[in-house]
Amino acid sequence: MLILTCPNCGITAEETEFHAGGEAHLTRHGPGASDDDFEKYLFMRENPKGVHFERWRHVYGCGKWFHAARDTMTLEIFGTYTAQTSTIPQDIIDKISDRRPDWQPPETA
Amino acid sequence: MKKYSAFAIAREALRHHTGWTRAWRDAQPKKRYDAIIIGAGGHGLATAYYLGKNFGITNVAILEKGWLGGGNTGRNTTIIRSNYLQDPSAAIYEKARSLYETMSQDLNYNVMFSPRGVIMLAQTHHEVRGYQRTAHANALQGVKTEFISPARVKELVPIINLDGPRYPVLGGLWQARGGTARHDAVAWGYARACSDMGMDVIQKCEVTGIRSEGGKVVGVSTNRGDIDCDKLGMVVAGHSGHLADMAGFRLPIESVSLQALVSEPIKPCMDVVVMANTVHGYMSQSDKGEMVIGGGTDGYNNYTQRGSFHHIEETVRALIETFPMVSRLKMLRQWGGIVDVTGDRSPILSKTPVDGVFINCGWGTGGFKAIPGSGWAMAELMAKGRSPLTDAFGLNRFQEGRFIDESVAAGVAH
Repeated sequence: MLILTCPNCGITAEETEFHAGGEAHLTRHGPGASDDDFEKYLFMRENPKGVHFERWRHVYGCGKWFHAARDTMTLEIFGTYTAQTSTIPQDIIDKISDRRPDWQPPETA
Repeated sequence: MKKYSAFAIAREALRHHTGWTRAWRDAQPKKRYDAIIIGAGGHGLATAYYLGKNFGITNVAILEKGWLGGGNTGRNTTIIRSNYLQDPSAAIYEKARSLYETMSQDLNYNVMFSPRGVIMLAQTHHEVRGYQRTAHANALQGVKTEFISPARVKELVPIINLDGPRYPVLGGLWQARGGTARHDAVAWGYARACSDMGMDVIQKCEVTGIRSEGGKVVGVSTNRGDIDCDKLGMVVAGHSGHLADMAGFRLPIESVSLQALVSEPIKPCMDVVVMANTVHGYMSQSDKGEMVIGGGTDGYNNYTQRGSFHHIEETVRALIETFPMVSRLKMLRQWGGIVDVTGDRSPILSKTPVDGVFINCGWGTGGFKAIPGSGWAMAELMAKGRSPLTDAFGLNRFQEGRFIDESVAAGVAH
């Protein structure tokens, strides 16, 4: 059972109180975008074995969205952070690097 | 290969079973093959088998990082059916189901195909309409299914409770020639037949890189050295994204854990397969008497082959309402498999951006039933460059918006 902390209301709770919303930091391209860009936004996913950045919603709590960094192999949660950002906060990157010295931050970070 | 028969059993009985030989050779990798298949699960082995049987390509290696059939082939709930909604799905799943009918004879290996019938319960009005529509579509596709009344469901499944408080049974989609098969035997039977054709089934051989020159594949790197090939088939289900990354392209796939569990063995009480998609519960009784139960998928990406505990609780809670006698059963084992789910819940059988590399993945929560049809179609795709069964399942459908939407029929409600 995952234990997540909602950065919006500060409550720490089990995963049943939350709902996963898939990969985070996807770029939604505007008018005039190519088919390629829109396919990437809608369907193409990193699906990594390891560190994954993802969206969560605190459905049975404050109802707000946030982001989490989690390992898909071990289910370790490195930290959660606000959804109002398109980049990964430095303290989250530091936490992951601390636990996974070989890990490289994605280019979007 | 020694032919298995009643005569062979009698002969071996007379000499204390000393004459049986290995079902397949423990092969060592050669320097080069015409074709390499990555993944010795059901789909990979079936692909290799039909490459040899239908197209005479037998200089083939099947590489497996673990042991044969140790992934989702050995982890599913063995349900076989072909009652899908869309025409391309019905074509490939019905091809698979019809191949299961004669698989034991074709492979000379008893896969214990048991066409005992599959019911998909309609427990909401939405499902009633959905399954009636599917039954009509199946009639046009030549797939024999019918929508049946609650009384007929009760006749087929005496242990069912039709008037559950949350989800009463309002009818069902019945496919009389659906059923189950012994999942390990499917992998073992194909492996034995492939080995007999001279193919190398190589276990504990993990692919660590894919080598290409000028956009064309030339071979793979493995933990047992480099192996060259002209054509490469990736058939690795949940780990497809990882391999695609090695080859330098991305996939519209997310991997999640899907769980199953099995009870202690009890006397025969249910001789059909019952699927309750609304509540994520699927149940059949194995020949040993265990109730085999399939559950739902996790809500988030993971590769843990374990699954979230609360999903099991939800499945069992729903099953107890529908089958009250289950409440007295002890559960023996629980496990998870990593399923590769696409945006439209349909598989991908396709060429890839790398010339000579073909991919077969995205079967998600329902791959076992498709094994022979998938192998048949993938072999044709690899041998000839296209197959009528795979045309609709290309990677380009996501860019072009030609989805094969099976989110209703895919079994596990998403």
